[in-house]
Amino acid sequence: MSENQTNQIANLAGELPERKVSRLERFLGPEFYRVIKGLFRTPMSIAGLVLIVFVVLVAIFAPAIVPPVTTHANPYTIPRDGFSSTPKDPGTVWNRNAPPVPFWYPILTGQTKWVHLFGTTSGQWDIFYGVIWGTRTAMYVGLVVVGICWITGILIGSLSAFYGGWLDEIIMRITEIFMAFPFIMAALTLSAVLSPVIGKGLTAPMTALIVFGWMGYARLIRGDILSVREREYVVAARVVGVKDFRILLRHIIPNAIYPSLVVASLDIGSLVISFAALSFLGIGTEVGYADWGQLISFARNWIPSLSTYWYIVVFPALALLVFSLGWNLLGDALRDIMDPRMRGRGA
Amino acid sequence: MVNYIIRRLLILPITLFGVTLLIFGMIQTLSPEARSALYVRDIPKSDAMMNGIIKQYGLDKPIYVQYWRWLVGRKDSTGKITGGILRGDFGYSRSNNTEVIKLIGLRFPATIELALYSIVPIIFVGIWLGVLAAVNHNKPIDQAARVFSIIGYSFPTFIVGLLLLMFFYAQLKWFPIGRLSDWANRVVEAPAYHQYTKLVTIDALFNGRLDIFLDALRHLVLPIITLSYVSWAGLLRVTRSSMLETLRQEYVVTARAKGLPEHDVVNKHARPNALIPVVTIGGLQVAGLLGGVVFTETIFEYPGIGSAAASAASNLDVVTVLAFTLLTAFILILANLVVDVTYAFLDPRVRLS
Repeated sequence: MSENQTNQIANLAGELPERKVSRLERFLGPEFYRVIKGLFRTPMSIAGLVLIVFVVLVAIFAPAIVPPVTTHANPYTIPRDGFSSTPKDPGTVWNRNAPPVPFWYPILTGQTKWVHLFGTTSGQWDIFYGVIWGTRTAMYVGLVVVGICWITGILIGSLSAFYGGWLDEIIMRITEIFMAFPFIMAALTLSAVLSPVIGKGLTAPMTALIVFGWMGYARLIRGDILSVREREYVVAARVVGVKDFRILLRHIIPNAIYPSLVVASLDIGSLVISFAALSFLGIGTEVGYADWGQLISFARNWIPSLSTYWYIVVFPALALLVFSLGWNLLGDALRDIMDPRMRGRGA
Repeated sequence: MVNYIIRRLLILPITLFGVTLLIFGMIQTLSPEARSALYVRDIPKSDAMMNGIIKQYGLDKPIYVQYWRWLVGRKDSTGKITGGILRGDFGYSRSNNTEVIKLIGLRFPATIELALYSIVPIIFVGIWLGVLAAVNHNKPIDQAARVFSIIGYSFPTFIVGLLLLMFFYAQLKWFPIGRLSDWANRVVEAPAYHQYTKLVTIDALFNGRLDIFLDALRHLVLPIITLSYVSWAGLLRVTRSSMLETLRQEYVVTARAKGLPEHDVVNKHARPNALIPVVTIGGLQVAGLLGGVVFTETIFEYPGIGSAAASAASNLDVVTVLAFTLLTAFILILANLVVDVTYAFLDPRVRLS
C-alpha cells in the first residue's frame, strides 16, 4: 500500500464525526442502551410501559388500595358479603366482612363505608377486591412461570447446542414431542392430572404451564448459540485453551441470550392469559381466590342474563386486557428493536 | 427435497411414540381408582374388586408390559386380543357415563363442522388484512391493523366469546347458543331424517330442509367469529411482515420499473411469493384452533370435543381428557407434517436442495 493511500484512509477516518457517548450509554453498554432508547421512542411502546408500570404499582400497593380483612388468614381469599347466589350491582353497600376503609376512599367517593365498587359475583365475592389482588396473582404467575421456563430452556438449549451430536439429536426430539401437543390442551390435561395429587391452588396450573412452556426458549437459544459458536472470539478462546464450560458460560451464553429475553417478555402476557383461561374452566385456583380467570368463570352461570350482570365479565376482563396489552405492546416494540433487519430504520 | 421428506417421515414415528409415552406417563401418576376407568365403567367399590381389576388387567406387571398392553391391547381368557388405544379403546368416560371412543364419535363431527366454517374467515380476512397493511406501510391503515393485531393477541378467546354473548345473545337476542334449536333437534332426531355426514348444515341440505340449515348457521355465527378472531392477529402479522419483505425484493422493483400498474405488482408478483412463508404458521394456526375450540365450545354450549374435554377436565375425569389430548396431538402432528411438506413443495430453496 502506497503512502498516499494510507494517508487517504487516515483522512477518511478522521472525517468521521465522533459520536457522543453519554454517561448513561457508557453505564448500560451500547446494546442495552439502544434497546432502552428504542423503548421510549414509539407511542406504542411508551403506552406499553405506562400500562405495565400501572399494573406493577397496583400490585405493589394492593394492601393500601383494599386492605385485607383482618379476620381472614389469607389476603388472597376474596372477602364475601354473605352467601346469596344473585350478583349485586356495583355501588351496593358492603354489609358483612367489609375490609378496613383506606385513606383514599373517603376522599374519592365521599363515603365512609365500603360499597361494592365493581359489584359482587354469585356467592357475594367482591369483584373490586378480586381485581386488585388478582393483579398480584397475575404478576406472580407471569414472572415465575416465564422465569422458570426461560431458565430451563436456556439450560437445555445450551447443553444441546454446545455438545451437539447425539445428545443434541435426542434433546431436539424430546423438544418436538412436547411441542406436538396443542399448548392449552396439554396444560389443561396436566393440571387436571396434577390437581388431585397436589390439591387445588396455583401450583398445579403453574407446573403444567412450565412443563409445556420451555421448548421455545430451548430451540431459540440453541439456534443462537450455534451461530455465536462459530464467531472468532469463541474460536480464539478455544485456541488459548479455555475450558468448554467456561467458554459456554462466559462467552457464548451472554452473547446469545438477548433474543430469548425478548421472547420471554412477549410471553408474560400470553402466559397470564393461559393461566386465566385454565382458571376460567375451573382447573386452577379454588373458588374465591383473587384471580381474574376465576372471577370471570362466575359469568358462566349467568350467560342468558349477561346483559344484566355485565360487571362480572367486564371488570376482570379489563384488568386482564390492560395486563396483557402492556406486555404485548412492550414485546412488540422490543421485537422491532432487536430485529437486525429493522436496525437503523427508525422502526 | 426427497431427502427432506424422508427424514421428516422417519422422525414421525419417534414423535408419535414419545407422545404416547408422555400420555402413558401421566396415566401412571393417577390414583388406582382413576386409572381403573381405563377398564371398567364404575369406580371399584371395595379393595377386593380393585385387586381383581389389578390381577385381571395386569396392573402389577412391569411398566413396559403395561405400556404395550395399553397401546395394542391384551389377550383375555379366551385368547382374543381386546382393548388398546390403537383399537380405539380409551376406556370409559365416567363423567359422561359412556365409552370415550363413543363420546369422540358423537362430539367430533360438531367440532369439524365449526372448524371447517372458521377456516374460511380466518384465512381470507387474516391474509387480506395483512396484505392491506403491508401495501399501506406506515399509513393509518397499517397502524390500525397493527393495533388490531396486538389487541387480538391480548384478548383471550373466552373473553371475546363472553362479550359477543353479552351483546348478541343476552342483550339483542340475535343469535342463540348450542348447536340447533329445540324444534330443529326434534326433526333431526326423527327417524325420517337421514344423517349422512353428521354435519348438521350439510345433512340439512341433503334432506332438503333449508330451515334447519339456516337454524344451524345462526348457531354457528358467534362461535365462528370467536374462533377466527384470535387467529386473525397471528396471520395478519406474519402476512404483513412477509409482504413487506417481498415488496423490497428486486424483482418487485423491476416490475414497478417496467411500468406495471401497482395493482398487478401486488397481486401477481408480490403476493404469491409473500404467502409462501405464511404456510409455515399453518401448524400454529391448527394448534390455535384446537385450543380455541375448548373455550369457544364451552362458552357457546356447542357440543364438540372441546367442550367435552373442558367439562371432563373440570370434573377431573382425567382418562377422558387424556384421550382427547392424545387425539388433538395426533391431529396437530399430522397438520405439521402437511405444512412442512407443502412448504417444501412451495419454496424453491427447499425444493431444490
